[in-house]
Amino acid sequence: MTFLQIRDVHKSYGDHEVLQGVSLDVARHEVVCLIGASGSGKSTLLRCINALEEISSGDILVDGDVVSGRGVDVNRLRRNVGMVFQSYNLFPHMSVLRNITLAPTRIGGVAKEAAEERALALLDRVGMRDKANAYPDALSGGQQQRVAIVRALATNPQVLLLDEITAALDPELVGDVLAIVRELAGDGLTMLLATHEMGFARECATQVCYLHEGRILERGSAEQIFEDPQEERTRQFLGRVLTGGRL
Amino acid sequence: MAAATAVPAVPGTRQGPPPTPPARVVPLALAGLAVAVVAGGCAGLALHSLHAMIEHPAAWAQALIWLLAVAACLPVVPAVRALLAAPQRTRLVAAGDLPGARASAADGREHATVAMGYALSVLIGAALVWFVTANDGAISHTFLRWTFIDQAWSGVTKAFWVNIRVAVAAEVLVLVLGLVLAVMRQLPGRSGRPLRWLATLYVDMFRAIPSIIVLYLVGFGLSLAKVPVVKDLSPIWLAIFALTLTYSGYVAEVYRAGIDSIHPSQWAAARSLGLSYPMTLRTVIVPQAVRRIVPPLLNDFIGLQKDTALIGVMGVTDAFTQSRLVSSDVFNLSPVIVVAVLFVVITIPQARFVDRLIAREQGRRAGRTS
Ligand SMILES: Nc1ncnc2c1ncn2[C@@H]1O[C@H](COP(=O)(O)OP(=O)(O)OP(=O)(O)O)[C@@H](O)[C@H]1O
Ligand SMILES: [Mg+2]
Repeated sequence: MTFLQIRDVHKSYGDHEVLQGVSLDVARHEVVCLIGASGSGKSTLLRCINALEEISSGDILVDGDVVSGRGVDVNRLRRNVGMVFQSYNLFPHMSVLRNITLAPTRIGGVAKEAAEERALALLDRVGMRDKANAYPDALSGGQQQRVAIVRALATNPQVLLLDEITAALDPELVGDVLAIVRELAGDGLTMLLATHEMGFARECATQVCYLHEGRILERGSAEQIFEDPQEERTRQFLGRVLTGGRL
Repeated sequence: MAAATAVPAVPGTRQGPPPTPPARVVPLALAGLAVAVVAGGCAGLALHSLHAMIEHPAAWAQALIWLLAVAACLPVVPAVRALLAAPQRTRLVAAGDLPGARASAADGREHATVAMGYALSVLIGAALVWFVTANDGAISHTFLRWTFIDQAWSGVTKAFWVNIRVAVAAEVLVLVLGLVLAVMRQLPGRSGRPLRWLATLYVDMFRAIPSIIVLYLVGFGLSLAKVPVVKDLSPIWLAIFALTLTYSGYVAEVYRAGIDSIHPSQWAAARSLGLSYPMTLRTVIVPQAVRRIVPPLLNDFIGLQKDTALIGVMGVTDAFTQSRLVSSDVFNLSPVIVVAVLFVVITIPQARFVDRLIAREQGRRAGRTS
């Protein structure tokens, strides 16, 4: 059953049409990887789904309900659709624990103790329980990104959007973060991720979409896209990326 | 290797420039010595004039003057050391020890510049002493007469409490009103437009009008016009009100700069968690902005504190008004100096406090990121 549906979405910044009619269906428990060159619109698409950007035309549906356009309760939508950013974006003036419990306590109506208990349990899962009282600046990039993932999970989202979450990390830290995403995929969390980690996409994605200049040029299973791409452009892109040493 | 980066005019002949001996030290050293001697002479003249003004200086005052005279001549010492470094440089150049020659030349130049720096400070100090003591001490008699300072002291310090109370009350109000204005200027969307516009107009207006005019208009206008509630306020409250009007305009701009300085990704992160606009502002943006705006905020507060010296125009007896009363009685400006000193005394700790805050914030950041 389709859980997240994107129907012919267009998005322009001024004269520049960044998304030129993107359509995408994501079923529950799917892990969809968006790949494509820099500037192809991956981040923009994710930000539109999270309503951080207003779309110019088209529809976005979550669980059969239109969540784009005027009058939508974006705050409720965002509690269902979590997002993790390339640059972590933790709140530097709050401890790790407070970063995580802020949204559940302030808007989810969860009691402080319950929220902290859950936050600690989640931190435990990502091996960060001992850093609960640290401040973000005292953490490595990989640790910050793990906290950011936990923060997004703390509101119990049904879909998680991950925007190149390992792109700013040192190579030896990438593994830690991807291991968590892999585990979440195993738990059946629905995820949509923009990534340059082709090895990870090949291993975990149930669906891979190749974006080119604001369109999904080709889509299919990981096997299809990586072993037998149909489009010339996809082949070129993969050729460039894979010989570039990013596997 | 050079051929790989630059193409020589004639292949194979390119060479680096030959090593050159260090520049001569003597001219700079002589200049330093000249400045030091002139400064010492000027200081001597100025101290002589001081000595003459005091008429019958006590023994300790005499000793102090002599000590100052000796200190004023000290810049000669590095100048002489610079001169001594010169022959050593020449000797080392002759011996072919270029690194050694460069080092002693550098030493010589450093001594010479040190001499100049200290000698210039001595000159400035001498000029000040001369200014105060010239004309048989007319300046110091006008500004620094101990008897009048003593006479004004208790009345002026008492009146200074009015300045402090007005400043503190206005600062509290300014913090609140400034934030309200800054948030109004940031309101998003079409619904926020009229409020944005009003806030901008307010900030523009009250930053443009000199605060003494606002004080004057508020002090006399509001009670003349019999504005309800306001007309019954005491002049002190009117002063607080007027200063709040002016300074909330400045502080609104400080807040706004602070809010703008928070990276948009913080907004995105907070909103993506489902926090509403006001909630994001309150829990994520403003707390981070406040840390950054303390120094500029304190600058504005120091300005506000100084402007409390203007509230005399609305009939409040503050320290400045009080000192002027005494001053016109005795026909001497020393009482006003008391007020000036009081303002300095309350401002310096605040300046040091801000320095400490900045240092601590930087230290914490450095400690965390390393
Ligand atoms: N706020 C904005 N204003 C104007 N143009 C924008 C804005 N954000 C993105 N763009 C443009 O939209 C295009 C797509 O950007 P986007 O960030 O979605 O690319 P991307 O696929 O995520 O690239 P990358 O792999 O480098 O992250 C780019 O050409 C970019 O210049
Ligand atoms: Mg991107």
